[in-house]
Amino acid sequence: MKILVSLAAVGLLFLVGLLGGLGRAGEVVFGVLIPYPALVVFLGGLIYRVLSWAKAPVPFRITTTCGQEKSLPWIKQAKIDNPSGLPGVVIRMALEVLVFRSLLRNTKAKLYPAENRLAYGTSLGLWAAAMAFHWSMLVILIRHLRLALSPVPAVVTFVEKADGLLETGVPVFFVTTILFLAALVFLLGRRLLDPQVRYISLVDDYFPLLLLLGIGLSGFWLRHFAKADVVGIKELVVGLASFHPVLPAAIHPLFFGHLFLVSMLLIYFPFGKLVHMPGVFLSPTRNLANNNRRVRHVNPWDYPVKTHPYPEYEDEWREKMKAAGLPVEKA
Amino acid sequence: MAKPDEVGYYRQEELLKADHQPPKTGWMETPVDFRPGSYIYPGKAKNLKILGLPNPHEWAVTDADWKLPEDWQRIVLEGMAERLKKYRSFKLFMDTCVRCGACADKCHFFIGGGDPKNMPVLRAELLRSIYRKDFTTLGKVLGKLNGARELTADVIKEWFYYFYQCTECRRCSVFCPFGIDTAEVTMIGRELLGLLGLYINWAIEPVANCYRFGNHLAIPPHGMVDTLEFMVDDIEEATGIRVEVPLNKKGAEILFVPPSGDYVAAPGIYTCMGYLLMFHELGLDYTFSTYASEGGNFGLFTSHEMIKRLNAKIYAEAKRLGVKWILGGECGHMWRVLHQYMNTVNGPADFLEVPKSPITGTVFENARSAKVIHIMEFFADLIRHGKLKLDPSRNDHIRVTFHDSCNPARAMGILEEPRYVIKSVCNNFFEMPENTIREQTFCCGGGAGLGTDENMEMRLRGGLPRGNAVRYVQQRHGVNQLAAMCAIDRATLVTVCDYWAPGVKVTGITELVANATIFKGEKKRTLNLRLEPIPGVHQDEDGKGGQP
Repeated sequence: MKILVSLAAVGLLFLVGLLGGLGRAGEVVFGVLIPYPALVVFLGGLIYRVLSWAKAPVPFRITTTCGQEKSLPWIKQAKIDNPSGLPGVVIRMALEVLVFRSLLRNTKAKLYPAENRLAYGTSLGLWAAAMAFHWSMLVILIRHLRLALSPVPAVVTFVEKADGLLETGVPVFFVTTILFLAALVFLLGRRLLDPQVRYISLVDDYFPLLLLLGIGLSGFWLRHFAKADVVGIKELVVGLASFHPVLPAAIHPLFFGHLFLVSMLLIYFPFGKLVHMPGVFLSPTRNLANNNRRVRHVNPWDYPVKTHPYPEYEDEWREKMKAAGLPVEKA
Repeated sequence: MAKPDEVGYYRQEELLKADHQPPKTGWMETPVDFRPGSYIYPGKAKNLKILGLPNPHEWAVTDADWKLPEDWQRIVLEGMAERLKKYRSFKLFMDTCVRCGACADKCHFFIGGGDPKNMPVLRAELLRSIYRKDFTTLGKVLGKLNGARELTADVIKEWFYYFYQCTECRRCSVFCPFGIDTAEVTMIGRELLGLLGLYINWAIEPVANCYRFGNHLAIPPHGMVDTLEFMVDDIEEATGIRVEVPLNKKGAEILFVPPSGDYVAAPGIYTCMGYLLMFHELGLDYTFSTYASEGGNFGLFTSHEMIKRLNAKIYAEAKRLGVKWILGGECGHMWRVLHQYMNTVNGPADFLEVPKSPITGTVFENARSAKVIHIMEFFADLIRHGKLKLDPSRNDHIRVTFHDSCNPARAMGILEEPRYVIKSVCNNFFEMPENTIREQTFCCGGGAGLGTDENMEMRLRGGLPRGNAVRYVQQRHGVNQLAAMCAIDRATLVTVCDYWAPGVKVTGITELVANATIFKGEKKRTLNLRLEPIPGVHQDEDGKGGQP
């Protein structure tokens, strides 16, 4: 049900964009009028979300420690998995963000009732797919800068060259296109076939996956089958990027389907699960040093609480304490 | 016929058949199955009254009506809104989960039980679904399709069941790519239930005791004198040494704070006897306190405010007695509080000095601000400097493994010190499989207030991963003792080992240290601290024992 709703939504959005691309008025709407607000929602939404997290204080330093603490000088500290200062934290966060360090630990636990045995195997499928997807996405974004920037920066050309190292097909097939689509299919397949993951999945899980698949497939089709006129598209995108939108004639209608899905992704991004992208940077179990006993952490909203002070305690027990030979404050 | 609160009620082959396939019905349509053995009795009104907590009332988990306050929905939603503003962790953990499922089979309760709501992700969704409905745009628009739902009385019941089926062990947070910490979610969930007067008695009674007596077990000051004096006699029988018991001693250098489980229940008492012996041997100028008689803090399992209310006594007592620094005993969650919370909630402790070992002169820079060190840090330093006279062969009949307790492992990272100490006092040490130790260690199944007998089914299920790993080293290496530096472990792992790996005994580390230490003026040691004959040591003709 949740996947069908998501699939229908993505399909419908694609068709709307595609049909829009058939007429001049539609081209204006989907090529110019929608991308701008979409970008505004994306940026504004993300800033809003990040600020909403940043505004909430971190009352306690609750690092999750994944290795030996810094204690006695002759005991080897796990400086990255249990950082005691900023350098360790920076490396820990970098590993988390760049290579998904925590996911790399993933295991699969399996219970064998007959043998009364619980076994653990490494389980790197999710990590590999996540890496393939996110890094491909980044490379694809960099490659797309070709369409927005004139002249094309050298770094973009370099990335494009490297990405096309297979040197097959005309135009050449990019490695990241294949990885991107394959990873998305794997992630979607896993979500559908793994009974536990399927059980917890929401529209917010299926919709972005399908939306990204739609964007990937339409982009792939544009390049390799429709062989869309890149010059016209570049003219449009450069115009958008320089706030002087122009609408060249004869852009393939499929492009507007593609662009509309991208616009929808931008709009959706700040509202759903995709905010995990900026969110990971703020995670207090990862971005704080485990130095609680060395450096005091201050809770900004700390308030006095009712306690049971010693004088009250002694008042209750004084006679018994004296009888038991315990020293007391008030004789 | 055994009852659900007895181990004999549960057959291993039945528990091992834990079905990990989710039910046909969606989780929102699957009601809670309150079967005896899987839930904990409600907090009694008298305990809530002692603590001044809202809506104290008598109720039963099986009642249809839990007698919530009239405007309970408003209370919960306002409570959520307030906490979303006060805790970045809570707000972020509500927003950033992508439901990748990496946490699912990391939870001991899910592994041993198969209930999908014990997957950490779904445990958090129980709360997140309400958050979505009332605090997010997508949730308001899409409703159930996007995992949003109305706050009903059944939701409260579900929260109660599953937030008290989480031991706040944080194992899932090691694996989460966003560092989402279910302990944080559970703690907030329990706080929200608390606003309605819903607690478990096995947590709130110790809290009430701790508030009034200074310890969870309601040992009054004169009771503590008796308890420790009793140990002094046993120590003398085992070693021939009469140790002193400094209590509430003003001007002592060190305030020693153990968990109260070590005062009264085996095998914790042997570790407490170990403390007394070791401190006597070292000539330490220290004191116990009857007022700060407990470092354990079930406030951690109750609310953030309660952490502070209960823990305040420790610095206050250190100040009153005029000690220089604080030494903490072998406890698990106590060390989460002492390490991650105490300095923030009760500090700054600027009236204390940076801990410095009076024997080795080592200054514990890592505790420069909080002024509290772990007894294993203290012992490791002593052994490293050759300050203990050890005969590890006295422990040769022991083949020991070490269970990392959740909080010292994942909220502190004290991994090597206990291993160094154990290896120094035992010749036969064996690690459990690597997926079950250090930061990946498994909970005993009874932490965070869940270690009570009425929860026996969940304790045995939750204890399965640990029990299975113990069984593995038992079969492979002949392991016969499991060492743990946590009072809850020393209580609950006895049950877990008896059930899943019978024959493996549980011990504290200090007990092992004291059994291996050659004390000044000791008689020939033929008995260990449990007053059991040490295997391989026999009575000589002159009545003195000796190594064969």
